[in-house]
Amino acid sequence: MADVVVEQGRVARAAGARKGSSLRNTLGRKSTVAFFLTLPLILLILLLVLYPAFYSLYLATLNKAMTKFVGLGNFTFLFKRETFWMVVKQSCIFAITAVVFKALIGFIVAHFVHNIPGKKQRKWRGMLLVPWVIPPAMSTLAWLWLFDPSYSAFNYTLSFFGVGPIPWLGETFWARFSVILVNVWYGAPFFLIMYLAALKSVPDQLYEAAAIDGANWWQKIWYVTLPMMRNIIAITTLFSLIVTFANFDIVRILTSGGPLDTTHLFATWAFQVGIQSSDIPLGACVSLFMVPILAVAAVFILRDVSKRGNEA
Amino acid sequence: MADVSLRKVIKRYDDVEAVRGIDLDIADHEFIVLVGPSGCGKSTTLRMIAGLEDISDGDIMIGGDVVNDVPPKDRDIAMVFQNYALYPHMTVAENMSFGLRLKHYPKAEIKARVTEAARLLDITDLIDRKPKQLSGGQRQRVAMGRAIVRNPKVFLFDEPLSNLDAKLRVQMRIEIKKVHQKVRTTTVYVTHDQVEAMTLADRVVVMNKGRIEQIGTPNELYHKPATRFVAGFIGSPAMNFIPCRLEDAAGTLQIRLTDRIAFALPPARAARYNALPRTDGLLLGIRPEHLTESHAHLDPGVETFDTVLDVTEPMGMETLVYFGLDGTPVCGRVNPNAGAKDGAPMRLAMDLNNMHLLNEQTGVVL
Repeated sequence: MADVVVEQGRVARAAGARKGSSLRNTLGRKSTVAFFLTLPLILLILLLVLYPAFYSLYLATLNKAMTKFVGLGNFTFLFKRETFWMVVKQSCIFAITAVVFKALIGFIVAHFVHNIPGKKQRKWRGMLLVPWVIPPAMSTLAWLWLFDPSYSAFNYTLSFFGVGPIPWLGETFWARFSVILVNVWYGAPFFLIMYLAALKSVPDQLYEAAAIDGANWWQKIWYVTLPMMRNIIAITTLFSLIVTFANFDIVRILTSGGPLDTTHLFATWAFQVGIQSSDIPLGACVSLFMVPILAVAAVFILRDVSKRGNEA
Repeated sequence: MADVSLRKVIKRYDDVEAVRGIDLDIADHEFIVLVGPSGCGKSTTLRMIAGLEDISDGDIMIGGDVVNDVPPKDRDIAMVFQNYALYPHMTVAENMSFGLRLKHYPKAEIKARVTEAARLLDITDLIDRKPKQLSGGQRQRVAMGRAIVRNPKVFLFDEPLSNLDAKLRVQMRIEIKKVHQKVRTTTVYVTHDQVEAMTLADRVVVMNKGRIEQIGTPNELYHKPATRFVAGFIGSPAMNFIPCRLEDAAGTLQIRLTDRIAFALPPARAARYNALPRTDGLLLGIRPEHLTESHAHLDPGVETFDTVLDVTEPMGMETLVYFGLDGTPVCGRVNPNAGAKDGAPMRLAMDLNNMHLLNEQTGVVL
């Protein structure tokens, strides 16, 4: 089918070249039609993605009152601030730890769910997806109650074991632990569902062949499952890394970046600097820093995906 | 290498019995083919020998040891799957050596075994390729190579040629036979293709509805089928079954096919069937090659009759002719030069020396 379409296009182009490029021929070309059909979407992307991106680049070069061009002044100012480097560090810790645990938990639970037979599996899948489908702003409020230092369920339960009370959100270590915990709880179902789909696409006969070749369960995972899922793992990891790195709502609701700005991520700090402290150029400057970091991560993670895609 | 025995093996899925009590003894070095229509339990039987399916009842023995509860990896078997089941992320060499690497064989020995198997299967040039870069036939060779390098007690083949085109299938069939002649490993081979079964097997096991219908050499099954199922399943085109009755006429036993067609049986057959009741409910089983054109010098026991052909199928070396006997469709094989034409009358000869008589009710060959 595709060949035919290409062939027709070539014929049309050849005919066009013979007759000279009249407007009618131009409009008749498949590529032109395709361009016009996608034009609304292209315009939408220009409007909603490119314009804000370039506008924030422009904003980042202005002074606080947005009246004067200061070039890279905001960037050099940021580099000198300790809080900025702490945000860089915390964003990396937050994103990497959360993604690793989400992937790990997603992988393990996906295996359990994969082995549940038939109808029961659908029920479990539905239930396990709940954290992911609740708006995070809502579910984080519930977590905020659970983390309350004086009358929360967590500290109440721990008191029976003679532990606590733990200042979940009041101390740097526990606050960082808590925001990561909530992010893992929220994001693991995404990995679960992606890995479950990937697991289902691995042919059973590969496992049977491995069993006959002498592989135990761990060797089956290592030599069959993981290599077969490599592309899905790479793409979900990248996607989750981007989303987690740019996380806003969980930190904003749980700690607002505290205590002492130690749980701030790029997005929450940009919000605090730009909106709450009314320095929009500096806020834009902060948020722009996510781009190079994520670009490097993307290059590393997706390095072999297209090459490997041809193997299966 | 080892012998394999199945004792009253049963496989139940919930309330369905897929395999209903199979007894089978496979000798060391033997090439056994399990053949039957889909759903007859042949693949399930093979998978039970492999350990990929639990058995519901009975015993499976490999090399004299009961292996009912032994996991596949400890049974020392190798299996070739219908869709090859090669690991797509590994090269040919890695695929073939996977089992040996898991068992921590020395590198030098792994290399030697892979090289030897690759040479045997003529895939030495492909050793560094990934499965994706191979054709169907090459993948099949790699799958066989993976089995050979392990030097297992038993080879199991699960319809290994059904994904190949007809020409390649014939070629690979010969390859498999050659490989077995060289390595002499006990082999259990599952197929639904009776030609594969006949050409490859030392002995063929015909299965139907979870039971063994008959076990025998290809020639035994062809010439002395035990049941109507075996008679109809082995051979292509299939054996004709024509309702008939035995009659006594002028001191001889004769077989009546229609009101106007009745043949005196040859003495050997007459003696064999003499004790049977002279009633309906019998079937004459006759293969198409024993229904040929009539000619001047007929052997004793070959009887002629006239009929009108419905359809003819020229095959080149022979022509298949189809006609009806009282509504029963019958197929014969005639010489392409015998002048068989659609709708034309023809005199045919039936070789009753090669006839079979079956009980229509029970399907047993009498």
